[in-house]
Amino acid sequence: MTQQPTNSAARAGGVAAPPPTGPVRLTINGQQHTLQLAPWTTLLDALREYLHLTGTKKGCDHGQCGACTVLVDGKRINSCLTLAVMHEDEDITTIEGLGTPETLHPLQQAFVDHDAFQCGYCTPGQICSAQGLLNEGRAHTEAEIREHMSGNVCRCGAYVGILNAVKEVVDRKSSEHRS
Amino acid sequence: MNSFTYHRATAVADAVREQSGRPDAAYIGGGTNLIDLMKENVARPTHLVSVGKLPLSDIENLPDGGLRLGATATNADTAWHEEVKSRYPLLNQAILAGASPQLRNMATNGGNLMQRTRCYYFYDLATPCNKREPGSGCSAIGGYNRVCGILGTSDSCIATHPSDMCVALAALAPTVRVSGPNGERSIAFDDFHRLPGNQPEKDNTLEPGELIVSLDLPAKGFEKNFSYLKLRDRSSYAFALVSVAAALELDGNTIRDARLALGGVAHKPWRDQEAENLLKGQPATVETFARAAAKVLENAQGHGSNDFKIELAKRAIVRALKQAVEGSQTASDVFLNSNP
Repeated sequence: MTQQPTNSAARAGGVAAPPPTGPVRLTINGQQHTLQLAPWTTLLDALREYLHLTGTKKGCDHGQCGACTVLVDGKRINSCLTLAVMHEDEDITTIEGLGTPETLHPLQQAFVDHDAFQCGYCTPGQICSAQGLLNEGRAHTEAEIREHMSGNVCRCGAYVGILNAVKEVVDRKSSEHRS
Repeated sequence: MNSFTYHRATAVADAVREQSGRPDAAYIGGGTNLIDLMKENVARPTHLVSVGKLPLSDIENLPDGGLRLGATATNADTAWHEEVKSRYPLLNQAILAGASPQLRNMATNGGNLMQRTRCYYFYDLATPCNKREPGSGCSAIGGYNRVCGILGTSDSCIATHPSDMCVALAALAPTVRVSGPNGERSIAFDDFHRLPGNQPEKDNTLEPGELIVSLDLPAKGFEKNFSYLKLRDRSSYAFALVSVAAALELDGNTIRDARLALGGVAHKPWRDQEAENLLKGQPATVETFARAAAKVLENAQGHGSNDFKIELAKRAIVRALKQAVEGSQTASDVFLNSNP
């Protein structure tokens, strides 16, 4: 469900006024889009309902579960707690921008190899968050990875696999740095 | 969410002008709390003035040796800033103890001060709450109040301020610079947040239309002996039941200067200068710490399901001060502060 205004004329029984939409320029996975959006459209709803990029998931819609995690200029954020109109002229990356079905992103491959999901609903957010963690470069040990991934909840409890998957990619990245 | 109009402010003066005379308007920084409150219909602004892109994100040294934290710098950029890490590690620890990496990447410094309580009843439109609907009553008093306050509460409200960052700030005592319809002014951090009294709808002492532009930290950062101890229901990504920011200046085993502030216990970050005075000039021993802890909790009052916080806070104060003396960090803090 997209976020609908709750005080519209329509609800009061009158004739619905056209929503005050305006053009919003978004750059998603390297592609530019101009969408007609009401200001209250969250970035998450813009991605899912207007661009049909449904890889990004709506879990709690309150910034508590991390399923909606995307990268903005390389930094991970919760797309449910921000308005699309606040992100014009920024570089937004969703799960659709990381790897392809033919050539998986290293994190996607590691999630497959380590059985890091059951239902898969949290997985796009987990992977985008892990990419943010890699970009930050501050988490190395298992304890650090656990802490730095604490904004992503997995209802199936696949944490052991998730930790192993992220650790493998973190380790590979640091050994590439050393060599 | 209610419908609203939106304006991206181009300058501080533009932002202030957009708000002026419009009590129904709100500033939005990172939006991590406001958008949530709007989804819950707790906040219903009809006009949003976006200030997140204003050029207020610098963190810069001040001529007096202090450090200016721009209001729109994110919590993450602030915590990981080299000057903050080396000179104000207490602030680094407190910020990283709060929220999640995603939220810290969005949330601004100004917004952290402006975030609202997480009292269950404040969010629950089906129940009375004086903070949400003045005059409707307080459901937390006599209700389920595990997360509520034990110090400085009133008959109208027992909500707590939820921030970790602000507890460290209370100890470090910066100045909050604000800009408003009548120009700029500075507010001492301790005077920024207020106690509920009979106006719990007012969280702070900002005048209508005023916007936070920076937090100016004094030179003294207590970088050698400090601790931020956060106690919560799980080991990460949860609000504090009780937290303690402790900072000491030691001369051998004698305490020369001390700062002590608590989170999760009051309507504002709770700094106790009387307790600090009981520490100054005294030997850094558990007995000294216990006296200070007793002072802080002297007038504490539980409300049923949060009675445990009184003893928890006393013990947390002693433990935080011990950690500050040892200059050591808890296991959870060590990995929070690790560097590549």
